[in-house]
Amino acid sequence: MGSDSFSAESVSMLQWLPENIASYGPRMDAVFSNIYYIVGVWFLAAEAFLFFCIIFFRRRKGRKAAFIPGHSYAAMAWVLIPAILVLGFDLVMDHQQVPVRREIKEGAPAADQTVLIKGKQFVWDITHPGADGKLGTPDDKETMNQIYVPVDAVVGIDLQSEDVIHSLWIPNMRFKQDVVPGRSIHAWFKAIKTGDYKIGCAELCGVGHGNMGGWLHVLSAQDYQKWLKGELASAN
Amino acid sequence: MHQPILTEHHEAAHAEHHEPGFIGKYIFSVDHKWIGVQYTVTALCFLFFGFCLMMLMRWQLAFPGEPLPLIGNLLGEGMPGGVMLPEFYNSLGAMHGTIMVFLGVVPLAVGGFGNYLVPLQVGAPDMAFPKLNAASYWVYFVGGVIMFASFFVPGGAANSGWTSYPPLSVIATAGQTWWLVGMVFLITSSLLGSVNIIVTIVQLRAKGLSFFRMPFLVWAQFVTSFLLLLAFPPLEAAGILQLMDRVAGTSFFLPTGLVVSGAAMTNAGGGNPILWQHLFWFLAHPEVYVLILPAVGIVTEIIVNNTRKPLYGYKTIIYGILFLGFMSFIVWAHHMFMTGMGVTMSNFFQVTTMIISIPSVVVLTVLILTLWGASIRFTVPMHFALAFLPMFAIGGLTGLPLGLTASDIYLHDTYYVIGHFHYVVAPGTLFALFAGIYFWYPKVTGRMMSRFFGKLHFWLSFISINGIFFPMLIQGIAGLNRRLYDPTFYTHGAAIQNLNVIISVCAWCLGAAQLIFVLNFFLSLKFGKKATDNPWDSTTLEWATPTPPPHGNFLHEPVVYRGPYEYSVPGMTEDFLPQHVPAKA
Repeated sequence: MGSDSFSAESVSMLQWLPENIASYGPRMDAVFSNIYYIVGVWFLAAEAFLFFCIIFFRRRKGRKAAFIPGHSYAAMAWVLIPAILVLGFDLVMDHQQVPVRREIKEGAPAADQTVLIKGKQFVWDITHPGADGKLGTPDDKETMNQIYVPVDAVVGIDLQSEDVIHSLWIPNMRFKQDVVPGRSIHAWFKAIKTGDYKIGCAELCGVGHGNMGGWLHVLSAQDYQKWLKGELASAN
Repeated sequence: MHQPILTEHHEAAHAEHHEPGFIGKYIFSVDHKWIGVQYTVTALCFLFFGFCLMMLMRWQLAFPGEPLPLIGNLLGEGMPGGVMLPEFYNSLGAMHGTIMVFLGVVPLAVGGFGNYLVPLQVGAPDMAFPKLNAASYWVYFVGGVIMFASFFVPGGAANSGWTSYPPLSVIATAGQTWWLVGMVFLITSSLLGSVNIIVTIVQLRAKGLSFFRMPFLVWAQFVTSFLLLLAFPPLEAAGILQLMDRVAGTSFFLPTGLVVSGAAMTNAGGGNPILWQHLFWFLAHPEVYVLILPAVGIVTEIIVNNTRKPLYGYKTIIYGILFLGFMSFIVWAHHMFMTGMGVTMSNFFQVTTMIISIPSVVVLTVLILTLWGASIRFTVPMHFALAFLPMFAIGGLTGLPLGLTASDIYLHDTYYVIGHFHYVVAPGTLFALFAGIYFWYPKVTGRMMSRFFGKLHFWLSFISINGIFFPMLIQGIAGLNRRLYDPTFYTHGAAIQNLNVIISVCAWCLGAAQLIFVLNFFLSLKFGKKATDNPWDSTTLEWATPTPPPHGNFLHEPVVYRGPYEYSVPGMTEDFLPQHVPAKA
């Protein structure tokens, strides 16, 4: 956001979006800004017309309201043309964003490694594969509420819940997926920037719902190897 | 069209009970007008109560963990030392939603306005089934008492959200059982009421009142009643299934192998928690239109009356809401895009969701175009009705990124969603309902409400309500999720905590502004200017009755000669031509 210049970006509500760290994030953010500007222009135009009417057609002495029943097809066109325009915009937005949804929810590339995340009231139990890169072997590393992943790697996530519905939410990763008991749901992401990012639960899961959070630690490849060996200073 | 059999039956019934005693007249009345008033007053009380729950929550959200001064200590177990417990916070959240929707807005919009206005606007002496009508109110009342009483059961009121998703709701404290029983009553009440409105509109229209001469409000109530009638039964069934899961050891919504707090649940097995969500939203999405359509009906009547013009495209808007009603049944799963549903299914619901925006655009365009060439009177109801237009537009437009499956991944279950639907329901529907109260108050009571206090109420409400819901859109974009006991727990929440303080202050100001309305409402009963039979120079049939209308409504059986909105007809000296006035020869 430009601090000293007035630009579309500096008045846009999208400046509040947190920094993106997901490989697919720019495409999702593009969906946002398209909707935002189409809707914004449409809204301002409609409100400008509304305020014009309210001011210009206020009751004034000696002027009677016009008798316009609007029954004719020509009159209906004034209603239907905006509606058709909106439908057009709707379908364009539909069309633009379906591939993004497909990429995120169904387009999981072959995972470099898979992390098992189990939700329960009110913690995330996380199982990382050890040096062998496989889950279910003795060198698995288990943590509570802390996810460790290497940067620039496709991370598969198996989501399970043992009690109620939770929802894993990582704002910077543009990631959200409900965790439904009785199912194992596969998801994925690929971080493109190292750092520590907040994770949380987005589905009301009981009295401790508000505190069911933790951190996603995106590490460089070297740091990740150090963490696996237990040599990283900040590792828990 | 005119049904002599039913009408004769009615007249006979009226002749028998013409002068009911005190209890028959004011408590167990079967007069649609008094039942409408009962609904209205009860629903307004519940709306204020539901709003109080939220004003309490806003303290915790603005100042997490700090004791509430003055009244904090009076609120019992939920707030030891004045500090709110998370259990109590969750109860307040669940009950705020439940009360506002099922005990506030629907009973006010359909039970209050529908009951009072539909028979008057179709020229009928009463509803088709007056006793069923009374039963509908009393079943609603019992449901309300059960919901209210649930605050006092061990563990407090229901605390699993107004959506009551299992398995959480199945393992929740006893308040959830009360919630389910209360819901069964409320749903039953709505079903009784909606059947009555449909039959009244189909069978009891006055001579000459064809379907396409009905005021738009009657059309809106007609479509609304069909939505209630067709969408509520699945939730009633689902509610009973969940009740069985809780009290009878069944497992409709519990999957195999459920472990709660480290212990295996013995009765869990074979159920599916997602099934509840489908059944719930199969009601709860049409329910959104149940909240909006009567409001659109009210706003239309008021805008037409105060522009002194016919409605621009009467048939267009009617076809619009018929389409809207139909479409509202096939969009429900857009509330469930995060449950793991495949792209094939999410695409279908996304496209239907985009398409349902079209009739909403038609409705708003018709109303805005009606202003073109008008001679607008800025009465108090017109203030609220005009404000409805941009507020409903914000509510609708902010829904787009939620209806699109990719952007919904980010925004789902954030404060953005709360901002979005409140724009539809609070400054949207509730403003329309206020408009309606200011507009029909003189017909109901025989007195006008104060213009000055009405406008004061409007401006204070308008400013503060936007101060509440607009910042929520920003909170959501910043990633703050919903239903958080302490929003500062997340770093991205703590960074924008100042917004929560602003929102809370605005909420309390909004609460204070409603006291102006309450005073105006009661003081005008005694001190308001006397109203004439038709104080707004309106054209529809309810203004052809004496003010206030007597038992049986009309002094003579009304006959309708024209459409509902003949304003500023060329060649006439007066700028309105009522439906029941015969054309001059």
